[in-house]
Amino acid sequence: MRSSFRNAFIYIVLIACGIFMVVPFIWMISTALMSQAEFNKGESVFIPKENYDRISGSSPEQRIIVVKASGDSSLVHYLNDEDRITREYIRIASSKIEHVYKPVSLHWGNFVKAFNKVPFARYFANTLYVSFLTLLGVLVTSAFAAYAFARMKFKGSEMLFLLFISMVMVPEPIYIISSYVLLDKLQWLDTYRGLIIPWWTNVFTVFLFRQHFKSLPKELFDAASIDGCSTFGMLRRIVLPLSKPVIATASVFALIGSWNSFMWPLVMTDSPEKRLLQVGLSYFNAEASAQTTLLMAASTFSILPILILFFLAQKQIIESTAKTGMKD
Amino acid sequence: MKTRWKISPYMYILPALVLLVAFRLIPIVMSFVISFYEWTLHGTGGFIGLSNYIKLFKDPEFWQSMMNTVWLVIFVVPASLIFSLIFAVLLNQIKALRGLFRTVYFLPFVTSMVAVSIVWKIIFNEQTGLANKFLEVFGMNPQKWLAEARGIFDIFFSGFGITLPRWLGGPSQALFSIIIMTVWKGLGYNTIIYLAGLQNIAKDYYEAAEIDGAGKLKQFFKITLPLVSPTTYYVLMMTTIVTFQAFSQVYLMTNKGGPLGTTNLIVYYIFTKGFDTHEMGYASAAALALFVVIMTLTFIQKRLEKHVNY
Repeated sequence: MRSSFRNAFIYIVLIACGIFMVVPFIWMISTALMSQAEFNKGESVFIPKENYDRISGSSPEQRIIVVKASGDSSLVHYLNDEDRITREYIRIASSKIEHVYKPVSLHWGNFVKAFNKVPFARYFANTLYVSFLTLLGVLVTSAFAAYAFARMKFKGSEMLFLLFISMVMVPEPIYIISSYVLLDKLQWLDTYRGLIIPWWTNVFTVFLFRQHFKSLPKELFDAASIDGCSTFGMLRRIVLPLSKPVIATASVFALIGSWNSFMWPLVMTDSPEKRLLQVGLSYFNAEASAQTTLLMAASTFSILPILILFFLAQKQIIESTAKTGMKD
Repeated sequence: MKTRWKISPYMYILPALVLLVAFRLIPIVMSFVISFYEWTLHGTGGFIGLSNYIKLFKDPEFWQSMMNTVWLVIFVVPASLIFSLIFAVLLNQIKALRGLFRTVYFLPFVTSMVAVSIVWKIIFNEQTGLANKFLEVFGMNPQKWLAEARGIFDIFFSGFGITLPRWLGGPSQALFSIIIMTVWKGLGYNTIIYLAGLQNIAKDYYEAAEIDGAGKLKQFFKITLPLVSPTTYYVLMMTTIVTFQAFSQVYLMTNKGGPLGTTNLIVYYIFTKGFDTHEMGYASAAALALFVVIMTLTFIQKRLEKHVNY
């Protein structure tokens, strides 16, 4: 009896906190589906409804706000789609005023509008291009380095590994200024290679790979060695085929990382056609700050690919994250 | 066979090493060098010794951004640690729906900082935001959130008719809004790490305590807390370092670190000096000051680690 009461209490706390964690996302989606006029009025919170007056039979629809209704004729303001007054004090026949009330009114068009307002298609394409080329480089350099660290004995291996580890500890803001100067000298500013090549080493991936490569049974390598297999042959024929799950996990992490990266592409690119998604979104935030519903729509579709990836690979993501906190 | 083993390891490491040296080590050394130069966007105006540092330490804007960042860390780190530990302990007690809760808590961590900053900016909007609608439900006064420069202690005590001196005002409500959002963003990660730490604690301890008649609360303080302390140490270090680097929130949610510079954080300060006014040398000096702060804290926490129960 006491334990079931305790259990209920635990679930209530967890659900309450769960709501706090997801409410921003739910509100984001519901606002993205609202008409701007309705959002500005602030009457509907989570369910987009509509409640306004219009001139009956007008096409395109002419929204109005009634200033003074008296008998046959009324004074009204004309409004645009964003609930802003376009023409003031217009006298019309009262019979022409029509009240519209829709308890649920979803404006899917906001997504299309936001998508076309700035070249989001281009930003998506750029981000995919940069993310995948970065991933490719990360996988190659990390697999090679991790293979040497995991399976070979050589002078200075510990010192080199320490160098790798210590580089992760240095935060990006420390070297962003000098990286800009360096890329300027290389004439890599505002180029795709400036966004890709500096991120071809990913120490976290080296770490992840090394841990896995170390766990492979020694017998496999001994047998291959007797058969005259070269070290590269072993990497290709033994290590990599046995590492598919860890490669998949590392890929997901690297993709999330480059999809969400912001400061570097913000600083290193200049021309609008080279903007990555996050940078494009931040410019959109500055330009369209009053168009709340479109901002929410853009935020929604910009996180959608990562959300899908997360739901597909959540088990691997969460379990690998859990491992990063463990000492070994 | 033997000789090949001698050369090849370095060949395998070479690609990663070259990139690491070129794009991490060299820039880190460079930022140290640049900080002694008058360096603008496209070149140097000559060696000026410690002038950048002297100018930095005389700049009230630098100290304000440092102080704001310290407030951020002071609030975010303990809040994140306490809440994530509570979540993890509760999650560890249940079986049904554990996976679902884990996923939900983790969601903010994988979504982009830019997108969620935009969402939270709108949540904290004075007129139409969700935060004030929430307060309204509980009959509380609407707040100005990101537009409020007054300190939160100042606001709290003025509710009782007490006027606090300025230096006791605490972080502005605008910064506090950013604190709330930052805790929300990182909570899931810490919860997952804690959950893994808790699952490493052997059940025997709890069974023995149960036999000895120790209550749940006593078990938490006498068993869980000491045995999970290595995780606490890791989470403390990571959260501190990450929180010092907060940037996107300020860039997207505030008007250039306002109101009255109360949300200007140190990384945003470095960013504006480097890329708005193009004082690269000066910005590098500020970046190194941040680096020293982070290194010092890491060192102190490393010393603290010796007291951690393994």
